[in-house]
Amino acid sequence: MADTGTETHVEFRGVCKTYDGRTMVVRDLDLSVRRGEFFTLLGPSGSGKTTCLMMLAGFEAPTAGEISIDGRSVQDLPPRERGIGFVFQNYALFPHMSVRRNLAFPLEVRGVPADQQAERIQRVLEIVRLEGFEARRPSELSGGQQQRVAIARALVFEPNLVLMDEPLGALDRRLREEMQFEIRRIQQDLGVTVVYVTHDQQEAMSMSSRVAVFHGGRVQQVAEPEVLYEEPEREFVAGFIGDNNIFRGRITSVGRGVCDVETPDGVVKAFPVGECRPGQDAVLAIRPERVGLAKPGVFSNEFEARVDGILFIGDHLRLRLNLCGNADFIVKIPNIVGHGALLAGDRVSVGWAVTDCRALPLDGLEGNPEAEPGA
Amino acid sequence: MKHATASFELGERVTRAVHLAVCGAVLVFLVAPMLVVIPLSFNAEPYFTFTEGMLRLDSDAYSMRWYRNVVEDAEWRLALVNSIVIGLAATAIATTLGVLAALGLANPAMPGRGFVTSLLISPMVTPIIISAAGMFFFYSKLGIAQTHLGVILAHAVFGTPFVVISVTATLVGFDQNLVRAGASLGGGPFLVFRRIQLPLIAPGVMSGALFAFAASFDEVVAVLFLGGLQQRTIPRQMWTGIREEISPEILAVATFLVVLALLLLGTVEWLRGRASAKPGEAD
Repeated sequence: MADTGTETHVEFRGVCKTYDGRTMVVRDLDLSVRRGEFFTLLGPSGSGKTTCLMMLAGFEAPTAGEISIDGRSVQDLPPRERGIGFVFQNYALFPHMSVRRNLAFPLEVRGVPADQQAERIQRVLEIVRLEGFEARRPSELSGGQQQRVAIARALVFEPNLVLMDEPLGALDRRLREEMQFEIRRIQQDLGVTVVYVTHDQQEAMSMSSRVAVFHGGRVQQVAEPEVLYEEPEREFVAGFIGDNNIFRGRITSVGRGVCDVETPDGVVKAFPVGECRPGQDAVLAIRPERVGLAKPGVFSNEFEARVDGILFIGDHLRLRLNLCGNADFIVKIPNIVGHGALLAGDRVSVGWAVTDCRALPLDGLEGNPEAEPGA
Repeated sequence: MKHATASFELGERVTRAVHLAVCGAVLVFLVAPMLVVIPLSFNAEPYFTFTEGMLRLDSDAYSMRWYRNVVEDAEWRLALVNSIVIGLAATAIATTLGVLAALGLANPAMPGRGFVTSLLISPMVTPIIISAAGMFFFYSKLGIAQTHLGVILAHAVFGTPFVVISVTATLVGFDQNLVRAGASLGGGPFLVFRRIQLPLIAPGVMSGALFAFAASFDEVVAVLFLGGLQQRTIPRQMWTGIREEISPEILAVATFLVVLALLLLGTVEWLRGRASAKPGEAD
């Protein structure tokens, strides 16, 4: 990962936003972004992530709470005085200006002398690998090239904070992957702080230093991508990031690092997360690739189930089981010798380790899913 | 089958002929009264009808004398100057106010948008004689009746709706993110408007301004109420001319106005073509 400092660059404290006075688009948000970090706001549409970005840029004002940059409240600072680079979803390049004029705009506004302007434009075009396109109009560029110009324009005045609102949404899959690398490379080379909004979890996982998962206007969890995947702390995160088997049960006993959870198919031993007490309902989450075909005595959790369906993916097989009250329990098993003989209708014995199965507190009280989509 | 096709073709041909005839008739009734003015304005005699010489295309029957009279006549010259001065001033006011109004009305956060829009458009639908009479009493109290200022203000009122409508239409497709981008890059509101928004909505502004100018240049009712001898415009002078002395000078002026109107219309169409050919207003 990048040499991310620990110094706070951007901070949201108790930020709320409502457009109509009734529906909270963002509720009670506390976030802090470190200097030099690639920080992603990830969530489904309507989760409030774009609204947060708009408030940080100054295009929207928080209804309550405070946003500060470099420890200074930006409450009364209009967008133009915040010195933030912004990359828009639709690029928002000025269509009547050439690439050079688009890039010169923020420099002219700041009164940078003409010779320095040319130099800086040249440098930023090198960074985004778009030399030689200075005289083109945006309409004469491909989607990917327009994207690069938009990034260059957000960087050319050398801001130390750059915001990006789903910048890769309009690109096709191959270009998107290429640009993910490019954006990450540029961010690391320049050491700028990036706050990035996306609904694509794969994009968030591959690019970010840390990710804040949004749902219903609230942050569910803030963590490094690996931690989000391996150690989700809430039901929504467990279900949103990657594939997961989610089912419910009642906790019967809690020990150190293990708890017993009663399910329709018997007791599951799981790793308790947060406040788990006997008698409580809990959500259990186990990754499909952490479930294996069991030889007796290997796993602490062992169950027998009928295979309802088999999908051959190539490098692995996806088995669909009805297990522990989840009729869509997926097991991914590697395609190695011996597994090819499985047929739908067979009974198999599966199992998993205690630490791979997480018992999470129930959602629903805090994360209100009825929040309206943001602007 | 063949018969069916043939009768179908015949039917289609008849429909087409009728269609053309109706369109032709409409055009003749609309355009002929205007076009007939043009040759008559070159009449060598002081009549409003074609002389025998004109019909024989005798070159002696045609002359430029009415054009010369108009150009040499101090009253016509004053009227032309007045029309241009009043037209330009009213256009400047109407365009400035109309663009500002359209920008404000394009903001979704503005309250009472429907009401304000209909208020601004109302001079277009209110009978001009009513507005003009009202303005006459109001401006008399203010002491600006019988002044250039009074006529200019009245014409600005009539011209503003054209600007509001055409700029509003242009703003519908305008990507507000461009304004946000300008602001995030450090541009103040006026600079962002001048450098980014105005160039992109310019075709709408220009065509609104041209319509506002044409509205002022044509207008006679408000001038009758609010203009004194010193504020006579071309339409006002024609009005006098028709009432007091029937002279082909009026035909010469009318020809000039038709040509001017064609030029304005051509410019508007050209701007519209440019606006639609210009990419990137919004995706």
